[in-house]
Amino acid sequence: MRFISVWKSAIRVLLSVSLVVAPAAWAEKLGYPEKEELTFGFIKLTDMAPIAIAYENGYFEEEGLYVTIEAQANWKVLLDGVIDGRLDGAHMLAGQPLAATMGFGTKAHIITPFSMDLNGNGITVSNAVWDEMKPHIPKMADGRPVHPIKADYLKPVVDKYRDQGKPFNMGMVFPVSTHNYELRYWLAAGGIHPGFYAPHKGDISGQIDAQALLSVTPPPQMPATLEAGTIYGYCVGEPWNQQAVFKGIGVPVITDYEIWKDNPEKVFGITKEFAEKYPNTTVRIVRALIRAAMWLDANDNANRPAAVKILSQSNYVGADYDVIANSMTGTFEYEKGDKRPVPDFNVFFRYNATYPYYSDAVWYLTQMRRWGQIAEDKSDDWYHELASSVYRPDIYTKAAKSLIAEKLANAKDFPDFAKEDGYKPAQSEFIDGVVYDGRKPNAYIDSFNIGLKSGQKL
Amino acid sequence: MSTTTSMNEQMEPKVLWLDRLLAVASSVGKRLAMPVVGFAAFLLLWSVAAQNIDTSLGKFPGPQAVWQQFGALHAEHNRSREKEAAFYERQEKRNAARAAEDPDYVPKIRAYTGKETFVDQIGTSLVTVMSGFFLAALMAIPLGIAIGLSRTLNDAVNPIVQLFKPVSPLAWLPLVTMVVSALYVTPDPIVAKSFLVSMITVTLCCIWPMVINTSVGVASIDKDLVNVSRVLRLPALTHVKKIVLPASVPMIFTGMRLSLGVAWMVLIAAEMLAQNPGLGKFVWDEFQNGSSDSLGRIMAAVLVIGFIGFLLDRGMLLIQRWVSWDKSNIAN
Repeated sequence: MRFISVWKSAIRVLLSVSLVVAPAAWAEKLGYPEKEELTFGFIKLTDMAPIAIAYENGYFEEEGLYVTIEAQANWKVLLDGVIDGRLDGAHMLAGQPLAATMGFGTKAHIITPFSMDLNGNGITVSNAVWDEMKPHIPKMADGRPVHPIKADYLKPVVDKYRDQGKPFNMGMVFPVSTHNYELRYWLAAGGIHPGFYAPHKGDISGQIDAQALLSVTPPPQMPATLEAGTIYGYCVGEPWNQQAVFKGIGVPVITDYEIWKDNPEKVFGITKEFAEKYPNTTVRIVRALIRAAMWLDANDNANRPAAVKILSQSNYVGADYDVIANSMTGTFEYEKGDKRPVPDFNVFFRYNATYPYYSDAVWYLTQMRRWGQIAEDKSDDWYHELASSVYRPDIYTKAAKSLIAEKLANAKDFPDFAKEDGYKPAQSEFIDGVVYDGRKPNAYIDSFNIGLKSGQKL
Repeated sequence: MSTTTSMNEQMEPKVLWLDRLLAVASSVGKRLAMPVVGFAAFLLLWSVAAQNIDTSLGKFPGPQAVWQQFGALHAEHNRSREKEAAFYERQEKRNAARAAEDPDYVPKIRAYTGKETFVDQIGTSLVTVMSGFFLAALMAIPLGIAIGLSRTLNDAVNPIVQLFKPVSPLAWLPLVTMVVSALYVTPDPIVAKSFLVSMITVTLCCIWPMVINTSVGVASIDKDLVNVSRVLRLPALTHVKKIVLPASVPMIFTGMRLSLGVAWMVLIAAEMLAQNPGLGKFVWDEFQNGSSDSLGRIMAAVLVIGFIGFLLDRGMLLIQRWVSWDKSNIAN
């Protein structure tokens, strides 16, 4: 009897040990997604490509995710969709998760575990403005304008309009959009004041002291609004700059690559609640998106023509193949016929494009402070804390490591996760040469001629 | 010389052929000939006009371009169906693989996640318009009969009907959207919110013409018929069933026909504005795409919208003829 009971208890101990150990061993392997049917929103822009490719190449399905992709009317509708749960996630402007978390506009804690691309925007002016700008621009031997074209050459045009009492209107896509900050950066670097925001006084038009008046227009409507003469220029993502060239209604003067080399662009945004409720789903979404981004940049953009074909379908971007191909396949057409190579116009994976760097978030926050969207001074620590509550390299790292473990990705294509602290080294490749170090946001804000500085409040 | 003979040889059969054609045409009758002439003239005008309109998306689409887009839309639909079949096949395999690995797993088939095709959008719009229309009829006809029978009720309700009748249902749309999203909260909805919003908007616009026509039809029943009912001392319900309904059917159906026409027009606008699935969204999406095919595809949608509207109207007319007073009598 006793002999048997000893054996029994021994077996019991063994069993319980194995039960404790087994889950620990499984933890290495990613669990099944908690939520399988998902709806993602996007705006008709070429940089939504990772979502389309993850769907079309079956990467979502391989993660056990059944994703419906829906175009949204504008960025506000898209953000509200994510906040109220109609959308599970979306292609977002980098400023959107930051502004929403901070409470500028609709307040909600949005996080981003995946950065979607670098560069990809341009600034286009109407034909009439271009004709007035062109005489001021230095020319190369073959008569084509020297690039990058600074806003210094737009300034005489803006001054002329102002002397005549005409407002110089320009379009951007959203108050916290990359495009707003890039357009402002370019204008200010050329001595044109793009105006301040004063949310504490209820002024969110962003036109206080403005020499160029910026207002919101949804990306797909930019060319039509320019053609109607409501605005004289705009900053927008592709294909809407190339569309202006094809329609013969405007001339792209500069790409954002030339304003800030390899600037971070769209992000993939989800609510914090979603990430906490469905951790496996979140990691699996990021895995699928990383694979899509890798495919988009693989073999020196070899897959880009195939990607353009998918994007030109009417349910994705829907513009003509040629229009999308112009920017996606490494060239960019400025003035009609003036096609120049810009191999890094759209970067989806190279240069760690998909890693959500804190320093990228901080740059957007510095611009929000510079133009008054953040009304008061904040400490350097505040910038870091907000950035790290929105940008989530921890989720990204988990997804990337599991891809590496399954040999679906190479460790050398990612940052060194053991050493990475989320801050890129100081960057100097801006059009005005100002150096940006994400660890010192206040010093950076003080280094601009135009813009709010420490201690200033409107 | 030789040229004249060959011309004569060619002319003769041509004339004969034309004669024969004319004979056939006259036999078919002028009823068909004139619409055909009208259509031909329209197509000609259209293609001439189209060639002379340059938009920033290229030339305005002529009949040929639109015809091509019909082909392209059809091909797209077929491709989408193939993709759908492949989607379910892959899903089954994946479910089986997971069930083998994870015995607790209950396989679930999820609906196809691809984009609705043009044909799907037509189906969505038709279902929406018909549901909205029937919902309106369910409310409007009893209400109309009650108002028609009772002067007092008519005096009470008429001002309200007159007040809401001229309101464009599109003005209701924001209210409907907000109310539906506030009240219709279920974790696993049977129908989509967007469907409810479109349907209720359609209902709101359908209801008034039907109420008015039904009440007028009921109120203007021949006095003799009403007297017969009185003499026979028919109970109220039998009175409605035997006298009121058959006598006012033509007017009720006139109201329904009017309503359905308005409903179809409103639905397209509502879908466009609210980005709800259907033909209206198709048109808006294409407008946003701004590709060189977009205008042709929109024009194709315009023709389909018109054709469906026409069919709906003819359908109602047929039903009206079938159920109306004297003919149903003959059938019985």
